Amino acid sequence: MSMPRRLGTALLVAGALTAALAGCAAGTPGAAGTASSTGAGASGTPKLSGAITVFAAASLKSTFTQLAGDFEAKNPGTKITLNFAGSSDLVTQITQGAPADVFASADTKNMTKLTDAKLIDGAPANFATNVLEIAVPPSNPASIGSFADLAKPGVKLVVCAPQVPCGAATETVEKATGTTLAPVSEESSVTDVLGKVTSGEADAGLVYVTDVKTAGDKVRGIPFAESDQAVNTYPIATVGTSQNKELAAAFIATVTGSEGKKVLSDAGFGTP
Amino acid sequence: MTFELDATLAARGFEVSLRLGPAETIAILGPNGAGKSTLLSIISGLLRPDAGKAVLGGRVLFDLAADRHVWSAPHTRGTALLAQEALLFPHLSALDNVAFGPRSAGASSSAARETALHWLAEVDAGDLASRRPGQLSGGQAQRVAVARALAADPELLLLDEPMAALDIHAAPLLRRLLKRVLAGRRAIIITHDILDALMLADRVIVLEDGRISEAGPTREVLERPRSRFAAGLAGLNLVAGTVSDAGVTTAQGMVVAGHQDGTLGRGQEGVAVFAPSAVSVFLTEEHGSPRNSFPVKITDLEPHGDQIRVHAGGLSADITPAASADLGLTPGMTVYFVIKAAAIAIYPA
Amino acid sequence: MNRRSGTGYTGIPPWIYAIAAAGAVFVLLPLVAMVAKVNWPQFIPLITSESSLTALGLSLRTSTASTAACIVLGVPLALVLARSPFPGQRLLRAFVLLPLVLPPVVGGIALLYTFGRQGLLGKSLELAGIQIAFSTTAVVLAQTFVALPFLVVSLEGALRTAGNKYEAVAATLGARPSTVLRRVTIPLVLPGLAAGAVLSFARSLGEFGATLTFAGSLQGVTRTLPLEIYLQRETDADAAVALSLLLVAVAVAVVGLSYRRPRIGVAPEGAFR
Repeated sequence: MSMPRRLGTALLVAGALTAALAGCAAGTPGAAGTASSTGAGASGTPKLSGAITVFAAASLKSTFTQLAGDFEAKNPGTKITLNFAGSSDLVTQITQGAPADVFASADTKNMTKLTDAKLIDGAPANFATNVLEIAVPPSNPASIGSFADLAKPGVKLVVCAPQVPCGAATETVEKATGTTLAPVSEESSVTDVLGKVTSGEADAGLVYVTDVKTAGDKVRGIPFAESDQAVNTYPIATVGTSQNKELAAAFIATVTGSEGKKVLSDAGFGTP
Repeated sequence: MTFELDATLAARGFEVSLRLGPAETIAILGPNGAGKSTLLSIISGLLRPDAGKAVLGGRVLFDLAADRHVWSAPHTRGTALLAQEALLFPHLSALDNVAFGPRSAGASSSAARETALHWLAEVDAGDLASRRPGQLSGGQAQRVAVARALAADPELLLLDEPMAALDIHAAPLLRRLLKRVLAGRRAIIITHDILDALMLADRVIVLEDGRISEAGPTREVLERPRSRFAAGLAGLNLVAGTVSDAGVTTAQGMVVAGHQDGTLGRGQEGVAVFAPSAVSVFLTEEHGSPRNSFPVKITDLEPHGDQIRVHAGGLSADITPAASADLGLTPGMTVYFVIKAAAIAIYPA
Repeated sequence: MNRRSGTGYTGIPPWIYAIAAAGAVFVLLPLVAMVAKVNWPQFIPLITSESSLTALGLSLRTSTASTAACIVLGVPLALVLARSPFPGQRLLRAFVLLPLVLPPVVGGIALLYTFGRQGLLGKSLELAGIQIAFSTTAVVLAQTFVALPFLVVSLEGALRTAGNKYEAVAATLGARPSTVLRRVTIPLVLPGLAAGAVLSFARSLGEFGATLTFAGSLQGVTRTLPLEIYLQRETDADAAVALSLLLVAVAVAVVGLSYRRPRIGVAPEGAFR
């Protein structure tokens, strides 16, 4: 019994150090994470154990599921529970005391809500970016080829409402290009936009690149240059109330590390 | 211009034929479940028999012979139904309830109102015209219901125990009213009360197990009942069996001697009928002709007028309370019912 | 005055009151918590903002329309279910009541595949120049779909309680079936019909999932009050809470006002004996 406890104490110190490091090196949190990851994984001496809960934006579902699985396989005795929802929903849940150890947001705005509320340990690390892409039904009934085509009369366009991140990005692109879109619906989530496109109700929708990838061949993605006007950055951080900060830090390190980068870029995410 | 009905409904073991003259009222008597309400439902078109035919004043109400399939809807039949409950439409005033029939027949609202007021006055309910059914007593409501049925000008009025739900004060009033309004009308009235049959009907039909067990002029049926049910209504004991020289022999082998009708033949079905007052009760067997003496087990004792009625072995005897006390009668005791042969009438079943 | 009647014997064991009180608190406490969260100084500006008023107006209009649709479709359905036995009746009832237990989003998906552009009927409608998706009609359809069972259940119950004795009497008095329906059946079950209509209206007012899935969300066209609340919640929690309170107030007003009416209405206590 005494052995693991001593080990735990050691890890706690290590975790605190990592956090402190991350806090100091605010500009390069990825580096700090990678360092810690190598320390835990490569040497194998400080064995990781226990369980953590990761609250992640819905758009991270497939990538994080894969990463968590790999992580558990590499570190026997660890358990990572995943909870996916809209970033703002997750922020509300964490604020209300939900037992989260790690929070991965789809935008910096929602992460800022938590850092402002002093609910985050150290500074969040940006680990991925996402840009908008046009999604059309495979047959592309309205012959959409560019961002400007979306403003053509008669096109049934569905976008996210400005209140949600993908909608805010849409608005930014609109402003930057001077285009005025006339959507038939402003949905409250990417899923709803995608649903309207896959079901063929809408001629086109504006969603993230990663969403188009996830949807597979049910939709066709049309990238557009103007999308770089609104790049969405995904930050990740340890929640202040976490009971297993070393494990949280190790998982964050995996996400921000080379393995995470590969999985994320395969899914269409960009690097920050 | 008669009403004729033949109807069979196998599911309820119902098979009835009857015929009514133009201004005739018949009373249907019978135990619960005998098919009395089934009869009215079939006539009014609420229930479809398997087979049969009904004709009212030359109009075919239904004809369900194998090759024909005539079935007219209830609203075209001209057979208004008055039930045990008044069933006044609760959302309409008494006047509007009575005007419902004429309105449905296409009368203008003023004409219907006129008719309704007339019939309300006929049932002495003119002052209730503006009341809601919820503000009427049971008797008042039933009077309004009578007016409503009559205002529909039915060719055949069907009454299903109209007095049954009324208290003992309201019933006589409605009975007198019905006697007045049924005069000269064709009606069928279901009743449990022999008084209704006597006062309101020209003929009675006794229905038992879905079949007519007895029919005839009211007085005749009451004086010479052929069914146990009719005998019960008339307050008489009835023993059914086969006629022999000795009298009537029951299926159990009991022989009842009595005064025989001259028309009776040996071996034919017959009934022996006698009044409970003709029965004497003894604790031991009495001998001596011409007397009938039956050992019976007492099932019940109940006051009956100023007498005690002793129920035993399906028969009843009326004796004085003093005699009952002297004999020390209690249920479960075996006693002897003794009846003079001269007090027993034997006639064909 | 009425309180005196409470002194009569009720036959309810005392501990029942304790649990009943807990039940009442369970329902009321969240409402209290919400009221406590309201940003009162900003309340009026929040609920009178253009988007809020538009959403409220749209909600009231569509709920009224769907309640009307529920009455038109639901009264005959309830009559058939309550009055005429036919093979498959139980099955039909089960299917009519299905939206009661179905997650609204499932209803939305089902409607999408029926009235959507690629849907069963939608394709033909599209050819006829009628487009339902993303229109206010779609909102009304979604609301009708989820609210219809409430009307059918209330009305069928009322019809069964009322029985068909009055109808039988009316028929023997010479009234043809449509006259019986108009002058006897409907007036008799009016309280039940009203209760059903109110429930349908309330359900329509709160409809969210099916609308979101099937109709979309656009201010003034398809964004009803619940959708507006859901969206506001993303950015402005105060606005979401204020609008929630508004929705609760409207629902309470509608249900409260309508449920008082049958008591003073036409049917006396003994009407449904």
